[in-house]
Amino acid sequence: MSWAWFHRFGSPPYFYRVAGKLAPWFGWSALVLVLVSLYGGLVRAPVDYYQSDAFRIIYVHVPASWLALMTYTTMAVSAAIGLVWRIKVAHAVAVACAPAGVSFTVVSLVTGMIWGQPTWGTWWAWDPRIVSQLFLLFFFLGYIGLRSAIDDPDRADRASAVLAIVGVVNVPIVRFSVDWWNSLHQAPTVMRMDKPAMPWEMLWPLLLMALAYTLYFFWIMLVRARAEVLRRDRGGQWVREALARDAAGGSA
Amino acid sequence: MGEFFAMSGYWPFVWPAYALAMAGLAFEAWRARRLLGRARQEARRKLAIQEQS
Repeated sequence: MSWAWFHRFGSPPYFYRVAGKLAPWFGWSALVLVLVSLYGGLVRAPVDYYQSDAFRIIYVHVPASWLALMTYTTMAVSAAIGLVWRIKVAHAVAVACAPAGVSFTVVSLVTGMIWGQPTWGTWWAWDPRIVSQLFLLFFFLGYIGLRSAIDDPDRADRASAVLAIVGVVNVPIVRFSVDWWNSLHQAPTVMRMDKPAMPWEMLWPLLLMALAYTLYFFWIMLVRARAEVLRRDRGGQWVREALARDAAGGSA
Repeated sequence: MGEFFAMSGYWPFVWPAYALAMAGLAFEAWRARRLLGRARQEARRKLAIQEQS
């Protein structure tokens, strides 16, 4: 298998150009899928026997929680690639993931709190899943804070990459906390060894919203990574050509 | 229609959760677009300074 296509992404001009072409596709697809998923989750899905209509919070809470984990994993893998192979674009991708990760984690935590009140009778519980998700937020914030505390970009890349890699240990803790410890948080309903514990009418809007969030994440990540690549190489010859192309084509 | 918005009495929980999630997506999209716009502006400024010097 040839890895030439992968190595090409290490070139900032190539990454900037390809990301600019891909980003709008991800963005528009995400928008359409979000709208369809909202219709599915709010209108088409039947009322839950136990939780009544409060269960509909699942369609915004669970995809945000999944994406928070996926964003962290992407950030850590990109940071590791940047650290090992010294690819600056990989660091730019890691930098682009962090703010999106903060948003997904905050949405996950706050919608979880809103869901917790009618179902558990409390806004907050010191439950392993919730606490590990809170630690995920701290890792994202720590990554952003560490970068902004170091002036030298190369040192900032290396130090923040180490923090991102160390924080990966929290990802399986978040994922499996409901299996490893007695938890107030419900067990997985979709990602189980056997079939999902939801009927298809309830499941499809959830899967579609998860796909919409994933596409949205790729869009945000590419837009932010393009900005980061541009910021790092501003003044370069390729930047002049890229900006002229952007002005002519109006890419995202 | 009223029944739909009432969400079986859970409207104070369901609608704020959806509003927050959608506002979060919109806010993050706006921030990312603004960041790219600023990066382009900054790069143009830098290139203009290079040309002058």
